[in-house]
This record gives sequence, structure tokens and C-alpha cells, in this order.
Amino acid sequence: MNIDSIQNGYVIDHIKAGRSMELYRHLKLDSLDCSIAIIQNAKSERMGRKDIIKIDQEIPIDWDMLGYIDPDVTVNVIRGGKRVEKKQLKMPDRVVNVMRCKNPRCISQVEHELDQIFTLADREKRVYRCHYCETAYKRSEK
Amino acid sequence: MRHLIDILDLTIEEIDQLIETAEDIMANPAKYAHVCDGKKLATLFFEPSTRTRLSFEAAMMELGGNVLGFSEASSSSASKGESVCDTVQVVGCYADIIAMRHPKEGAPVAAASVCPVPIINAGDGGHNHPTQTLTDLLTIRKEKGRLNQLVIGLCGDLQFGRTVHSLINAMSRYKSIRFVLISPNELKVPEYIKENMHRDKVSYMEVERLEDVIGTLDILYMTRVQRERFFNEADYVRLKDSYILDTEKMKMARKDLCVMHPLPRVNEISRAVDSDPRAAYFRQAMYGKYIREALIMKLLGVEA
Ligand SMILES: [Zn+2]
Repeated sequence: MNIDSIQNGYVIDHIKAGRSMELYRHLKLDSLDCSIAIIQNAKSERMGRKDIIKIDQEIPIDWDMLGYIDPDVTVNVIRGGKRVEKKQLKMPDRVVNVMRCKNPRCISQVEHELDQIFTLADREKRVYRCHYCETAYKRSEK
Repeated sequence: MRHLIDILDLTIEEIDQLIETAEDIMANPAKYAHVCDGKKLATLFFEPSTRTRLSFEAAMMELGGNVLGFSEASSSSASKGESVCDTVQVVGCYADIIAMRHPKEGAPVAAASVCPVPIINAGDGGHNHPTQTLTDLLTIRKEKGRLNQLVIGLCGDLQFGRTVHSLINAMSRYKSIRFVLISPNELKVPEYIKENMHRDKVSYMEVERLEDVIGTLDILYMTRVQRERFFNEADYVRLKDSYILDTEKMKMARKDLCVMHPLPRVNEISRAVDSDPRAAYFRQAMYGKYIREALIMKLLGVEA
């Protein structure tokens, strides 16, 4: 695959440098049978360094999950070799079983069959709280 | 199905109603002596707290109901590895309402998601303890006659004291409340509690010594400062007496001060203060039983 010219698919741009593998895992891209390119540590005017993921097929993607992990990424939808859409991501109100609460006193730490639920407490400050113990977790910096 | 997990689950109107009911129970106990006939309260205490458990059990008995339960995890199925969700689903088949104390934060939230009967959080680790806060609110109302226009001093360990945080959040909803936060520097109220006060436009000041401010207070809420919480010995020696309420400091206080303490106390209030009519902490324990009666009635949907 020529990483510069995707025909149909997505270019996930402006990923915080070093973060692309985390995204790759959470979006379960390893289970796809299309070609995927991960570009790490690319030069960026806006960010200094950034990562990019290119997916050579229009597959269903969990945009909420992506918005949770990094709402600042840019998603370009490519059809016929041209960008047809630029997606705005938004942080989801609730995420289930994406991350674990780190509070050692939290019930979810000892009873593992409980769903790991986090709710968005402050969209401006990007704070999620554990549904059980209410410990606050700040998401990526702007 | 209503549960009580966090004091903020209740609206101000609901809290006012609970206080009104509790006051009526105190005035007319006979009227309420059979409202819970045939009902059962299960006290599931996964960690011991004798005082709180007895308060719940006495409350249910005074309403004519019965109680069952356990007082520590080792005498429950949790010791065999049963999850808290399974435990409450089983107990929900036997009891009409559950009071649960658990060492892990959020355990009552998990339990409430599957529990077939109302759950009252009787303390989940250092997290929430809403019936303590209801007790405090009833105490303030009974002792001061109002829940607004008060200068409330909170003294001692304000960083780890959950009763203090919860009381601040609850009292911030009333009009013209001012907090005076009295603690050593290393045990100040956490930042998020201050953010809440800013959000609620509640004014507060932080001081290090009780004797400097005691004369300005309507209410003094004492908590214990543990020696090991201080970062250095010099600060401990310099400040330790500031967090002990004695008859000397009581002389500087207003005639209508109300002294509260969640109990048990160790040495932060000297025994000599007990006979001062302004010492409300043992009455506070009594109010705790009555507000729990009102809460049990509300969650069971029974009326006198
Ligand atoms: Zn948690």
C-alpha cells in the first residue's frame, strides 16, 4: 500500500506523538484484514510531533471510543482518493469497560465482574469520574 | 425504587421533609410505634461500626419493625468470596430494606444496581456516609432552629474527614452559610471541595488556630487530628493544643454556640466540656436515630 494515497478509508491525523499504538489497540485495528499504516513521530507545524494512522478501507469504527481516548485527533474520510469529510469527535458521556479505576479502595478493584463505568463529569476540563468511587480522571491535555 | 447512596441524592425539599418527620417522631413517638409492623431491616455491615449499626437497629425497632443482619465481613458470605451484588440479591428476598456498610468505596452503588429493595449507604470506606450528614443537619436544625444564616466552624482534619466534606456540600445548598475552616496547613480541605464552594458561591476562610475564631461561630464541628498526619514534629507541638476544645476556649465562644462531633471522640474535646449546655454531641447521636427512622419510613413508603 502506498501510504500517501489511500483510495477509500480514513486518515486519523494529529494523534499525540506516542499515542498511536494505544489507539490501534483500543479500536481493535489488529482484527481487520485491510492494510493499515501507522506513522509515528511525524513533523507537525501545529504539534511539533504527531502520529498518524491510515486505514485503507471504510470500516465501522467506534468514534465514541476514539473521542474518549483523544478528542483532538482529526479524522479525514477518504473516498476515491479525495477527502470528502472531516469528522469532529466528541467525548462520550459514558464509557464502559475501556479503562480501569486505579483507586485501590474502589469496589471495582476487588469485584472484577463489575462493569468498569466512567461518566463525563466536566466536558470543558475533560474529567471523567468512576461510577462507583467518583475518583476523577483527567483526559488528554489540549 | 429509591436508595440513599449520597446525600446529594436527596433534594433540599426531601431533606426538609425528613427533618420534619424526625421532629414529629420525637414529639409523638407513640404515633409511629407500629408504622413498620411486619417489616424487616437487614443491617449488612461488611466492616464493624457498632454505633451506626445500633442506631439503625434501634430506629427500626422504634417503628415496630424487626432487624436481621451481620456486623462484620467474617460472619457473612463475603468471607467465602460472594460478591456484594449477589449478597444483596439474596438478602433482598428476606428483608424489606437494607442498611449497608462496606470498606470499599462505591460498593453501595454496585449493590443498588441489582438490589430488589431500597439500600441505605451506612458508609462506604472514606467516601459517603449520608445518614451521618442527615444527622448533622437535624442536629443543626434542632439546636439552632434554622439551616440558613449560619457561621459554621469545621475544626481538625479537614483533608481526610469525609463527614466534613459531606456536610460542606450539604450545607452549601442553604442560604447565607459561611464556613470557617480550622486546620493545620497539611490537613486543609481538598481542592475539589473548595471548587464546589466557589461554584455554589459560598464564602469561607481558612485559619490555623481555633482560639482565633471561636468567638465568631454559631456552630463548631470538631474532628480528630491524628499525630501521624502532621508532616513534622515542630508543627505538631506548635499546633496540637489548637485542636483540642477545652473549657478555656469555651469561655471565648458565644453563648449560643453549638458544639458537634461525629463521635467517637478521643481527646479532641476535653471531658470537662461535656457538662456545658452548648455541647451537643451526645444529643447529636440521639438525633441520628430519629432521622434514620424518618429515612426508613420514606424509603419504605410508609406513613403514620
Ligand atoms: Zn473507582
